[in-house]
Amino acid sequence: MTGANRIAGAGRLTPAKTARFSFDGRSYTALAGDTVASALLANGVHLMGRSFKYHRPRGVVSAGPEEPNALINVSRDTARSQPNVRATVQEVFDGMKVGSQNRYPSLSFDLGGVNDALSPFFAAGFYYKTFMWPKQAWASIYEPRIREAAGLGVSPTEEDPDHYACRYAHCDVLVIGGGAAGLAAARAAALSGASVILADEQPELGGALHFDTGAEIDGQNGYAWAQKTARELVGMENVTLLSRTTAFGYYAQNFVAMAERVTDHISRPEANAPRERLWQVRAKRVIIATGSIERHMVFADNDRPGILLASAARTYLNHFGVAVGRKVGVYTAHDSAYEAAFDLKRAGVSIVAIIDSRMRPGEGLLEQARSLGIEVFTDHAVIATSGRLRVASMTVVPNGGSAKRKFTIDALITSSGWTPSVHMFSQSRGKVAYDAATGRFLPGHYVQDCVSVGTCNGTDDLQAILEEATAAGVKMAAESGHDGAAAATPAGRNLFAWTGGMAGAAYGAGPDDSVKAFVDFQNDVCAKDIRLAVREGMHSIEHIKRFTTNGMATDQGKLSNLHGLAIAAEALGRGIPEVGLTTFRAPYTPVTFGTLIGHARGDIFDPTRKTPMHAVEEANGAAFEDVGQWKRAWYYPRAGEDMHAAVNRECRTVRTSAGYFNASTLGKIEVVGPDAAAFLNLIYTNSWDTLKPGRCRYGIMLREDGFVYDDGVVGRIAEDRFHVTTTTGGAPRVMHHMEDYLQTEFPHLDVWLTSTTEQWAVIAVQGPKAREIVAPLVEGVDLSNEAFPHMSVAEAKVCGVPARLFRVSFTGELGYEINVPADYGAAVWEAVAKAAEPFGACPYGTETMHVLRAEKGYIIVGQDTDGTLTPDDAGLAWAVGKKKPDFVGIRGLKRPDLIREGRKQLVGLLTKDPNIVLEEGAQIVADPNQPKPMTMLGHVTSAYWSENAGRSIALAVVAGGRAKLGQTLYVPMPDRTIAVEVSDMVFIDKEGGRIHG
Amino acid sequence: MRKYSVFAVAREAMRAHKGWEAQWTSPEPRSQYDVIIIGGGGHGLGAAYYLAKEHGITNVAVIEKGWLGGGNTGRNTTIIRSNYLYEESMDIYEHSLKLWEGLSQELNYNVMYSPRGVMMLSHNIHDSQVFKRHIHANRLYGIDNEWLTPEQAKDYCPPLDISASARYPINGAALQRRGGTARHDAVAWGYARAASDRGVHVIQNCEVKAIRRGPDGAVTGVETTKGFIGAKKIGVSASGHNSMVLAMADVRLPLQSNPLQALVSEPLKPIFPCVVMSNTVHAYISQSDKGELVIGAGTDQFNSYSQTGGLQIITHTLDAICELFPIFRRVKMMRQWGGITDNTPDRSPIQGVTPVPNLFVNCGWGTGGFKATPGSAHLFAHLIARGEPHRLAAGLTLDRFRTGRLIDEAAAAAVAH
Ligand SMILES: Cc1cc2nc3c(=O)[nH]c(=O)nc-3n(C[C@H](O)[C@H](O)[C@H](O)COP(=O)(O)OP(=O)(O)OC[C@H]3O[C@@H](n4cnc5c(N)ncnc54)[C@H](O)[C@@H]3O)c2cc1C
Repeated sequence: MTGANRIAGAGRLTPAKTARFSFDGRSYTALAGDTVASALLANGVHLMGRSFKYHRPRGVVSAGPEEPNALINVSRDTARSQPNVRATVQEVFDGMKVGSQNRYPSLSFDLGGVNDALSPFFAAGFYYKTFMWPKQAWASIYEPRIREAAGLGVSPTEEDPDHYACRYAHCDVLVIGGGAAGLAAARAAALSGASVILADEQPELGGALHFDTGAEIDGQNGYAWAQKTARELVGMENVTLLSRTTAFGYYAQNFVAMAERVTDHISRPEANAPRERLWQVRAKRVIIATGSIERHMVFADNDRPGILLASAARTYLNHFGVAVGRKVGVYTAHDSAYEAAFDLKRAGVSIVAIIDSRMRPGEGLLEQARSLGIEVFTDHAVIATSGRLRVASMTVVPNGGSAKRKFTIDALITSSGWTPSVHMFSQSRGKVAYDAATGRFLPGHYVQDCVSVGTCNGTDDLQAILEEATAAGVKMAAESGHDGAAAATPAGRNLFAWTGGMAGAAYGAGPDDSVKAFVDFQNDVCAKDIRLAVREGMHSIEHIKRFTTNGMATDQGKLSNLHGLAIAAEALGRGIPEVGLTTFRAPYTPVTFGTLIGHARGDIFDPTRKTPMHAVEEANGAAFEDVGQWKRAWYYPRAGEDMHAAVNRECRTVRTSAGYFNASTLGKIEVVGPDAAAFLNLIYTNSWDTLKPGRCRYGIMLREDGFVYDDGVVGRIAEDRFHVTTTTGGAPRVMHHMEDYLQTEFPHLDVWLTSTTEQWAVIAVQGPKAREIVAPLVEGVDLSNEAFPHMSVAEAKVCGVPARLFRVSFTGELGYEINVPADYGAAVWEAVAKAAEPFGACPYGTETMHVLRAEKGYIIVGQDTDGTLTPDDAGLAWAVGKKKPDFVGIRGLKRPDLIREGRKQLVGLLTKDPNIVLEEGAQIVADPNQPKPMTMLGHVTSAYWSENAGRSIALAVVAGGRAKLGQTLYVPMPDRTIAVEVSDMVFIDKEGGRIHG
Repeated sequence: MRKYSVFAVAREAMRAHKGWEAQWTSPEPRSQYDVIIIGGGGHGLGAAYYLAKEHGITNVAVIEKGWLGGGNTGRNTTIIRSNYLYEESMDIYEHSLKLWEGLSQELNYNVMYSPRGVMMLSHNIHDSQVFKRHIHANRLYGIDNEWLTPEQAKDYCPPLDISASARYPINGAALQRRGGTARHDAVAWGYARAASDRGVHVIQNCEVKAIRRGPDGAVTGVETTKGFIGAKKIGVSASGHNSMVLAMADVRLPLQSNPLQALVSEPLKPIFPCVVMSNTVHAYISQSDKGELVIGAGTDQFNSYSQTGGLQIITHTLDAICELFPIFRRVKMMRQWGGITDNTPDRSPIQGVTPVPNLFVNCGWGTGGFKATPGSAHLFAHLIARGEPHRLAAGLTLDRFRTGRLIDEAAAAAVAH
C-alpha cells in the first residue's frame, strides 16, 4: 500500500507504479508522479519542517511553489545534496533521500523550540534593541549564536558534479503559465501562425484545473481538456512547450528568463543530461497567464501541522488521490473552500464543520453542504487550535461572541481568497492598480509589450477567461505579424468565482496582541508583529516588511504580502491602496546558481588565451604566469634551477650573447587611412607627422585627465598605415579608447582601426648577437646599422614567411622584433631557437624581461605608473609634443595640480645594502621614526635582483623625487627599516651605447 | 527617547510590547529650517544627527522622496573596511570605521557591526603588488591589513578553492580583520531615531523639485511635493540622484549614475565566516546573520536610473562566485535587486562646498559608501555647520576635478567596496 491516506479510485496517479524514498531515515512508498509532500501526506506525515525563528513544528501548507513550511533537503549522494527544496514541487524518484531541516536533534523534538517559549521576548525587531552590552559582545557572543539558530538548510560541502545547460530563444509570443488561460492563448496564437513558447512550472499543464474538478471546457473535464490541448500544441511545429519550467525574471525589452528542471525528478538520469536549463527568451509579445494563489486565514495558532490551504487539500485529493485527514475542519472566508470540503466529503472524508467568517456564503453553497450532511457555521471564527505535532482540535466562536465550541479534527483547511499572481507583470515594470470592488491588486499600467489574461488579470468566470485568452492569443500573434486561421473560443464553465474573501487578520487574531496568528509562516511573522511595527513608527510598507521580515522568506511573501498589507493598513487607519505593495523582484521562485552559470565554469568561466608558441614553450619546460586572460612564459628553468637561478642566467645570457622572448601578447592595432597620422597626433602626446614610413617611435597616450594611459612603439608601415603596439593588459581598452574617440570626437577623420593582437606572433631577439641570429632568417632587408638603424621597421620575409620586422629594444640591447602571421609563430620560434643555439643564446620569460627593462629604467605602464602619473612624473616629458595644438589629455595636463612642484616622480632606488631586494609596494618615508600615521613620500613600483649590475635595483615614485637624487630615504618594513638612496633610473649602460649594436 | 536595553525588552515582553513608542516622528514640515538635508539615507540622516548632537543645530529637516533608508542604504551589501590606499581615503574610511566600532552604543540601537574580516583575494603578480602596496601604506598609517598565504586564506575562509588548477588560482590575500558588515536598515533607523529625538524633522514621501536662491545667489529653500520649505543652508546627499538634485541649482557634478546589482541566496546554516572580495574575477560575498549569502559585483556598464539591471551581470557574478567557491553551485538565488550609484572619475567621494553659497554636497560614494556612513555623516555635519571642511575631509573637494588633485582609488581597485 502506498500510504494509509491514499483514497482508492481518487487522483490521477497509477497505483502500479511505485517508488521508494526515505524521509529522515524512514522508508516510504510513493507513486510515480507524487511530490514529496503528497507522498508524505499519503503516509500520514504532516510534520515536514520547522519555522525559521521560533522553530515551531510545521506541516505542508500548499501544493505549489508558494510553500513556506515544507522545505526539505534532497540528496542522491553526498555531492548532490540540495537544501531548501519545496516538498510540494519536488517529484519523488526511486531511491531519493529526503531530510528535514533547521532542527536539532530531530524534527519532532527540536531544542531550537525553546525560542518559541521565549517568543514574547523575541518580538519583531527585538535585536535592534538589545545585544549591545558589553560593546564587543555582539560579534563575539550574540551574533554567532543567532547565526547558528538562523539559516534553514545546510549548504552543500562538495563541488556539484552535475552540469547545467543554457538556451537562447526568440519567439513571436511567449506564454507564461499553462492553465486554462495560458493554453487557450497559446493555442490561439499558434493557430494564427505565430511561433509560440509556452512555459509552465508544473510537470503537466492545466494549472488550477489540477484540482478544480468542477471546471468543464468544450464538454470535457477541464484537466482532460488541458492534456488534449497540450498534446495538440506539442504536435505543432511552431510551438515549443516547456513543462517544469519557471519563468522567474522579466527584464527589459521582453527578455524573460526561465529555469527548466530537466532531471531532478528522474531516478537515474542519463549521464550527459543537464540537471537544469536556463532559457533566455526574447519575445515579441508576452502573454502572462500566471493564475492566482490562495491565501490562508490569519487566526490564532493557524500554523499547526495539518492546517493547510483548501486548494492544496483539493489538489492532494483530486490529483494525487490523497486525503489530508480523516476528520477535516474548514475555516474560510471564500467559496472555494466549500468545493474542497465537498470533494473530500464525496471521497469519504468526514468534514467536521465549515466555519465561515462571512454571513452569506455564495449562492447555493449552504444547500449543497446541507445535502452532503456538512454542518456550516456562518459568521463564526476559529479562535484557537491545539495539537503539538499535528492539529487536534479547533475552537470556534460566533464573530463578536464568546460561546466556544471545540471540535476534534486531524486537519484544518482554510481559504481567505485568491491573490492574482502579478509577479511577472510587476517585474516587467508594469504598475498594479487596486481594484476596490474585488479587493485585489490587478495589472494596471503596462510598460512592455505584454498582456495579462485569466485570473492573474482578475477575470473570474471560466468562459470569460477562455474568451479573453483566445482574443489575446490572436491579438498578440497579429501584433507580431501573424494573421492566420483564428481559433474558435472554447466554451467553459466553472463552479466558483475567484473573487471575494478577505485580507488581514480574522476575528480573534487581534487587536489583542497575546495570540500568535501567523501571517508569514516561514519567518514567524504574526499579525501582532505588524501592529508592533506600526506602533514603532514604521509607516511605509517597506519599513514594515523589513522590520518584521514579513514576505522576506524563501516564498517571498506569496501567501503573506496581502495579509501583511491589510493588517498594516488597518493599524495605520489608511486604505490598502494608499499603503501599497512592496516591490516584486526576480526571481519568482529561487533559482539554482548552477542554472544561472550554465557552462561558464572552469576553463569556460573565462577564456584562457595562449600564444601560438605556447605548446613549444611548454615543451621547453617554461613556467607560466597569468597576465589577464593570457598565459605567459614566466621563466625557463633548467634542471636544478629555481626561479632565481633561471632568471639570473637568462638575464646574463641576454646581455652577453642574446635571448629570445615571446612578445605575442602585446596589443596590436592596425591604424589605416588617409588621416591615420592626424588621428595618432590626437591620441598620442607626441607627433606623428614627422615619422617617415619605415621608422618607429615610442608613444604615450593619456586619458582626458592628463594621466598616462598606455604606451608602446608605433611603426609607420606606409604613409597611411601604422602598426600600433600597446601593453598586454591595455590591448582591449586602448582599442575601445581609440574607437570611442574616433566615433564621438573625431568622426571627421578618415581612419579605420583593426585589432590585430592575435593576428601576429611576435618574437623579440635581444642581445649583442641578435643581428647574427636574425640575419640568416631574413630576406629583403639589409640589417646593417646604417640601412636598418634602431627604431626601424620593414616588411620582409622571415623564414620565408611574410613578416614585419622591427628594430626595437626593451632591454637596452641591440634587438629585433619579428612579427609573423600567428599560424607561423611556432615554426618561426623554433627556427629562431635553432639559429640562436650556436651563440649560446636562450629563451627568456617575462620575469627576465622585467628585470632587463628595469636595469634600463624602462617603465611598465600599470606597474610603475598607476593612473596618477603625468608623462613628466614618469620622466617622459620628452615624449610630449610641446608645440602640438591638441591631443587627448592636453587640457588635463595643464591643471594646476598636474604642474605643481613636489609631485610624485619616478626615480631609481639603490638599497644601501646591495643584497637587499625591496618589496614591490613598500612605502618610502623620510623619517622612519615618526609616529603613525606617517607621511609617506611614495612607494616602490619595481624591485629586482640585477645579476648584471651585481646588486638589487628598484624603481619608485617619490614626492619631488628628481630633486632628491643622492638623498637617503627609508623603507620601513614590519621587521626592519631599509635605508635607500635615490638614484636615476638607469642602472646598466648609462650612456646607452649598446642599443645601437 | 525611551532607552533600548535588554531590560526594556523584557519589561515589554510582559505586556505584549504595548509600550514601545514610535522610533521617529512624522511631522509636517515647518516653513523654515536652519538646515535642510536632501536625501534620507544613512549619510543624510547621520549628518542631521551630528548637526544636532555636535553642533547644536536642531532646527533641521531631512527631506526624503520615498521612505527613509530606501535608497542605497537599504540596498547595499554592507561591506565595511578602511584599508584604502591614499591618505585622503584612509582618513575618512578609518574615521568611519572607528565610529562603527561604537555606533550601536552611540545610537542606542544595535547596528550589528560585525568585524568578521574582509579578505581580498589576489590572483596574480599584479594583484599582489597592488595589495602589498595597500598593506604597507595602511601599516604606516596605523590601519590593520595583512597579507595571507593561500593556505592562511583557506584557514580563514574554509569554502575557498585554493587549488592550482582553478582558472584564476589564488596566490594570496589581503585581510583586514576589523572589516566586516553591519545591518543596513538599523543604520538608517538608528540615526533617524536619534536625530528625531534631538528635534530633527524627518520628512518622508516628500520629493525636492527645485532649489530656490536669493538675489545674492545663496540658497533660500526648496520646492517640494509638500510645497516650499525655507532653509538657510542646504546639504545634498541623494546618492544616485545627486547630479539631478544639484542640477536644480545649476551645479554640474562630475558624476555618472550606474545601476549596481546584488543578490541573496536562500538562507543556509553558517557556512561562510567572513567577507571575501575578488577584483580580478569581479565578485564579492558574505553571509548575513539570517543565513543568506549576500553577493555582488561591479556596476552595469551603462548609465541608467533604472533599479533593475540586466541578468547578464547577475549570471557573470555567479560564474565568478562559484569559480571561487564551487560548493555553492547548488545553492539558489532568492532575490536580486539594484541601486543607482553615483560614480566620480577617480572613484573617490566628493564632500564640500559648491559654487552656490550655502549649498553643500556629499556625493560620489558610488559603489562603496555604506562603510563611510558614520564618518561621512559626521564630517558632512561639520562642513554644513562651519561652512568649511573638516581636516579629515579636506581633500574631498569638488574643486579637485578642476585642479587635478585626484584621489584615484580606482587605479588600484576595479571594484571599490
Ligand atoms: C547593490 C549595492 C551594493 C553596495 N554595496 C556596498 C558595500 O558592500 N559596501 C559599501 O560601503 N557600500 C556599498 N554600496 C554603496 C552604498 O550603498 C552607498 O554608497 C551608500 O549607502 C549611500 O548612502 P547615502 O545615504 O548617501 O544614499 P542613499 O541611501 O541612496 O540615500 C539617498 C536618498 O536620497 C533620496 N533622494 C534622491 N533624490 C531626492 C529628491 N529629489 N528629493 C528627496 N530625496 C531624494 C533617495 O530616495 C534616497 O533615499 C552598495 C550600493 C549598491 C546599490
